[in-house]
Amino acid sequence: MYVAVKGGEAAIANAHSLLADRRRGDRSVPALRLDQIVEQLALGVDRVMSEGSLYDRELAALAIVQARGDMIEAIFLVRAYRTTLPRFGYSNPIDTGAMLVERRVSATYKDLPGGQLLGPTFDYTHRLLDPELAAGADVAEPLQRETEAQAMPRVSAILAREGLIEPDGEMPQDHVPGDITREPLEFPMARDIRLQALSRGDEGFLLALGYSTQRGYARNHPFVGEIRIGEVELELDVPELPFAVPLGRVRVTECQMVNQFKGSAKAPPQFTRGYGLVFGQSERKAMAMALCDRALRASELGEDVVAAAQDEEFVISHSDNVQATGFVEHLKLPHYVDFQAELDLVRRMRAEHDARENADMLEDKKEAAE
Amino acid sequence: MRGQEARDQADRKAVMATLAQASGDDIARLWNEAGLTSEAELLRGPETGLVTVRGRIGGGGAPFNVGETTVTRATVRLPTGQVGHSYMLGRDRKKAKLAAIADALWQDPAQRQTVETALVAPLRAAQGETREKRRAETAATKVDFFTMVRGED
Repeated sequence: MYVAVKGGEAAIANAHSLLADRRRGDRSVPALRLDQIVEQLALGVDRVMSEGSLYDRELAALAIVQARGDMIEAIFLVRAYRTTLPRFGYSNPIDTGAMLVERRVSATYKDLPGGQLLGPTFDYTHRLLDPELAAGADVAEPLQRETEAQAMPRVSAILAREGLIEPDGEMPQDHVPGDITREPLEFPMARDIRLQALSRGDEGFLLALGYSTQRGYARNHPFVGEIRIGEVELELDVPELPFAVPLGRVRVTECQMVNQFKGSAKAPPQFTRGYGLVFGQSERKAMAMALCDRALRASELGEDVVAAAQDEEFVISHSDNVQATGFVEHLKLPHYVDFQAELDLVRRMRAEHDARENADMLEDKKEAAE
Repeated sequence: MRGQEARDQADRKAVMATLAQASGDDIARLWNEAGLTSEAELLRGPETGLVTVRGRIGGGGAPFNVGETTVTRATVRLPTGQVGHSYMLGRDRKKAKLAAIADALWQDPAQRQTVETALVAPLRAAQGETREKRRAETAATKVDFFTMVRGED
């Protein structure tokens, strides 16, 4: 039975205007502009784009303000907005090898073509809070170094030349890339669909799972073959033009994880791989994604599935923070009727329990008297 | 002739790439300075939609869907008959309309040179400078390894 209860409209409306007030905060403090968020909270914007699964900086910044900085709420807003737009199609696959690189490091090769480029990284900072930043001190222009533009082949391509690493993941010839925004999840799923789910998955969840593989749950000895961050050209095939239309550039982070060996009677041992690719500058997420991608290939690579990170249904079903927050947070909505039913049930059970006890006691007394 | 056609297509695509990357404000400013016409019939849009970005497994393997991006497109027809298209990241409808007109004007042999020199060339130069600056800033963070030799042997 479903019983509708009305009421609360005024309370809800007032709560929303209170929310708007608290969101704005002290009126003597200037209101945030979206360009300030885009420029100065850029990695937060990137996270909302990556997990909201929508590359649009301004919309992500708006979502962050509207959500008062609650990232999952902001991601939720972006996801909801996406559903209002028509779809123009699928881009041609981006070429990360042709990236305008802003950061590129490898933990496996010291000297590699193109070199190690640290870029704007938190690595090697001392993690000391900076009072000068609080005081709004001016920031110097970064240094420049004139160099010839150098090709930066992916590290995986270097290892591949010697045949020491498995190739980039291939799918059967007639395979059409799956799309979780169009079709419901089905298990077992192909690696391309898994990667789509991981790329929009919750950073914290994937980070914890990736960490668990390092601590021994589905251990697979990872090295960062390469992380690269930068802009790639995006192109779309459209019927009205005889060439792919250039749409502009998007910034992505790519992680090539190199893992321990796999060989067989026929194939000699070689490194295996996990892959991460996410919107924006999000290398923690890209690394976590690559660790999870590799762990989830357990069955394909003939490994025992013994840990949570290898369990495809567990990982993919719980990686989406919008779904997760929806189901967890719905618990706070009125369940008055459900709960009333449970109250009745527990009262009845107690009455039965008490009746049984009384009957037992009478029985005991009778036995004692005899 | 085939060669000329391919060159024309490559040039047209390059113009589209430059306009897609430019800001709407820069396009509008150069447009006014060049005195280009914005008289055109809108055949479609400007309208905003989604394009799903594809990557490749391992960087070069089978394609997979990474996520979506906002894209705005427009199609226009000039009084002289040329039809122009634009597709670009973001939600700037005014920019998409101007870019579609630019594409149409570019196809008119009488206007192509103006579009190239007054609109596209300055944008392309500015984009090239930005790219070079970024490359040089990144290059300054390149690690120069050196090896320390300890002891005599």
